[in-house]
Amino acid sequence: MDNKTIADRTAGLSCPIPITEYKSVLLAHGGGGRLTQQMIRKMFLPSFQNAFLEPLHDGAVVPFNGGRMAFTTDSYVVNPIVFPGGDIGELAVNGTVNDLAMCGARPLYLSAAFIIEEGFPMEDLWRVVLSMQAAARKADVALVTGDTKVVDRGKGDKIFINTSGVGMIEPGVEIHPKRAKVGDKIILNGPIALHGIAIMSVREGLEFETRIESDTAALHDLVMTMFQASREIHVLRDPTRGGLATALNEIAETARVGISISEDRILVGEEVKGACEILGLDPLYVANEGKLIAFVDPDAADRVLDAMRRHPLGKEAAVIGEVVDDHAGTVVMKSRIGGRRVVDMLSGEQLPRIC
Amino acid sequence: MRFVDEYRNEATARKYSERIRAIVTRPWTIMEICGGQTHTIVKYGIESLLPEEITLVHGPGCPVCVTPLEMIDKAIAIASRPDVILTSFGDMLRVPGSSKDLLTVKAEGGAVRMVYSPLDALKIAKQNPDKEVVFFAVGFETTAPANAMAVWQAKRLGLINFSILCSHVLVPPAMEALLSSEDHRVQGFLAAGHVCTVMGYEEYVPIAARYRVPIVVTGFEPVDILQGIAMTVQQLEAGRAEVQNQYARSVRREGNVLARQLLSEVFEPTDRAWRGIGEIPMSGYRLNRDYSAYDAETRFDVTGIEARESPLCIAGLVLQGLKKPHDCPAFGAQCTPEFPLGAPMVSSEGACAAYYHFGRMQMKSQI
Repeated sequence: MDNKTIADRTAGLSCPIPITEYKSVLLAHGGGGRLTQQMIRKMFLPSFQNAFLEPLHDGAVVPFNGGRMAFTTDSYVVNPIVFPGGDIGELAVNGTVNDLAMCGARPLYLSAAFIIEEGFPMEDLWRVVLSMQAAARKADVALVTGDTKVVDRGKGDKIFINTSGVGMIEPGVEIHPKRAKVGDKIILNGPIALHGIAIMSVREGLEFETRIESDTAALHDLVMTMFQASREIHVLRDPTRGGLATALNEIAETARVGISISEDRILVGEEVKGACEILGLDPLYVANEGKLIAFVDPDAADRVLDAMRRHPLGKEAAVIGEVVDDHAGTVVMKSRIGGRRVVDMLSGEQLPRIC
Repeated sequence: MRFVDEYRNEATARKYSERIRAIVTRPWTIMEICGGQTHTIVKYGIESLLPEEITLVHGPGCPVCVTPLEMIDKAIAIASRPDVILTSFGDMLRVPGSSKDLLTVKAEGGAVRMVYSPLDALKIAKQNPDKEVVFFAVGFETTAPANAMAVWQAKRLGLINFSILCSHVLVPPAMEALLSSEDHRVQGFLAAGHVCTVMGYEEYVPIAARYRVPIVVTGFEPVDILQGIAMTVQQLEAGRAEVQNQYARSVRREGNVLARQLLSEVFEPTDRAWRGIGEIPMSGYRLNRDYSAYDAETRFDVTGIEARESPLCIAGLVLQGLKKPHDCPAFGAQCTPEFPLGAPMVSSEGACAAYYHFGRMQMKSQI
């Protein structure tokens, strides 16, 4: 029998994030930047420690039936739930499909859990369900299990969705952030910052007129096309929240390599550029939902790039930089005018500047 | 994008970089006034394009950095009241007060909202008649006209649940305070283009003459900055000390007359404390008698709040160009962008944050 309180049982264990630093969780702890990293590395990782979690990849790769399986989970709390180019349902399917694809897996089965706020219009729920159905069909995955919870009005925000997914990894495919090595070419499949700006354009208090649409898309088919061109792909990552800069920093830190990129090779659409200028945001830190970066062996880079450009989601793919034998753990960008600067990870949310 | 791309052109930037190299014969220390300029310098790696003779000193023109600690504490006290919605520009939210920042107040349940314009705050006041809506009005002459407009409109609309916590500061008195200190090292200035867009640049003429310093009104794109530096160096090498206008596509000698009229309608000059520097006479704006009803400091009775800076932080010396951020014993140790002791480590415009990011690369390359 265990009569001990939680405090008794954990006596002697002190919180690894000193309470004096943050007495409560801030939004920035979920922003994907340094505070998120800190929470994961100091609290979650040591508490749940195991070999599958340790790589801190988009999903875990676990042995299964003599082969390897990828397993991932993600929660979707986007506000507003309908935005230009998509909605929360489509995002919840594509996001988890992409996390599996970034492990090099072919996505197979998804679960969906709904946390719905009391009073949420049934019609809106129907819309979300239909778009999940359409996205799952398009990505050729099956939603095989799920759960529904309704919370009191005011205890949630309309609807939150969690999806988990599993997929199989083919032999010979080895994707791991630690595999980034000096000389690898870094390929990006198209223009950045579309999703984040599309969301911001309809967020309360910020509305502005634009034709920018979210880039939400399932990327696994593009990934499979890339593998057909070459198995010499070392790292895959979809730069979602925190944007391209955060994704590159995570890889540089995990693999302890230097990353060098060129600003003029990173596509940013004119409208996105304009919105970022007005809002005081750096597109490198704005979220994407249909982009991937691939670290590819230099000998295979051309083949992979050609294959990507023939795929609808990779038409504008380009090499944006490479892994270098310098400044390990740091991302350095050659600016448009030829200067060099460190592209750091954000400490918190990206806050618009005053002037 | 027109009017932007041509000022981010590599060939043009190189041309000015080469011109600076060609004319410079000895070391010069130049201060860029505005945090927006600091931001561009860091973002585009402009220091890596300059000859080693040129030292750039990042000036006190980051509104986030110079807003005094006690103002942040006042904002926090107001935001913690259940009847208040406090609205602010984004990057003020993470500036540490004595015990916490505004984002923490939000996490604790306070109504803190980020807005892009004081007029949005006015809109929130209209939509929430049962709440007191306060706008945290910080910034230089650049943000002052929009803030004045918000108060002016509130008065016209009879909107009684709106007020501003006013912490406006002015550039010329700060430049004079800096130049009057005996150990300052600044030999030339890049004046803040947007401040001058509002105010014009006549008020800089007597400063240039009295202190024998060239002042070049400069824009915010990389080519602007490089051209501004080239013009300053040219004056310094020739022994001249004049006011020149690099940012002529935006700045007129007399500034924006309508905006200036609005400023004098709503505000009046006042002594103002600058974070890390101290009080500078007549270096800020407060609401004048006609608009004093909109002053949040008196409405919420927070005038008595006082605060003391961290004794470790040397932000004042950094903002005056007397010390480099990495001269501070707390730099990168007790003070980081995650846990800033002083404001210059918070804003991306702040000198300490800029050095923290840029310096990291240099340190690693040396290993």
